[in-house]
Amino acid sequence: MSELRDKIESVIANEPVALFMKGTPQFVMCGNSDRALRALRGAGAPVAAVDVLPDPAIRQELSAVSGWPTIPQVFVKGELIGGADIVEELAASGELEQRLETALGPDYRDSRTEHLVGVAD
Amino acid sequence: MATEPLQALLQRAFPDATELRVEDRTGGGDHFHVTVRSPSFDGLPLLDQHRRVNDALAEPLRDGTIHELRITTRGTT
Repeated sequence: MSELRDKIESVIANEPVALFMKGTPQFVMCGNSDRALRALRGAGAPVAAVDVLPDPAIRQELSAVSGWPTIPQVFVKGELIGGADIVEELAASGELEQRLETALGPDYRDSRTEHLVGVAD
Repeated sequence: MATEPLQALLQRAFPDATELRVEDRTGGGDHFHVTVRSPSFDGLPLLDQHRRVNDALAEPLRDGTIHELRITTRGTT
């Protein structure tokens, strides 16, 4: 197993909410990544963002791990929630906040932070 | 890529679809929005519904002819 895949799996397993995106929360490089980020922000989620653009291998390894072909990808407590369309839809129905509460506890909004996690060297 | 080949792939994957639309969002032939309404989605989690659409479009997603994909799925109930 590659070191890169180890790092990706570690982010998915250890971050309460992981967002694999094109660009960074400060400089989003894709409309769908922006939609996913906005939905997570709207739900008050803590976000650990991983930029997949520095190395095409990140995206390849991520899709191999998740079985999901497109970017962005959102994971809560290690579980794939989906891409931008799903996260947006769940946010609109209120289900996203419910799932965050169930997975992270009722006070999950208190730990609301955004940080960038690097997986490539 | 025109919308017709994608439409055909979806038609094959969802022969029972009551609604099946492929929209070229930018006119550039690589940003698409697909809408599928099918009884086979009834009771299926959203993640799995989208997974089935991704699977149907695996080839054009893999080879890059679809650069950006938006998906809307609905059951019939």
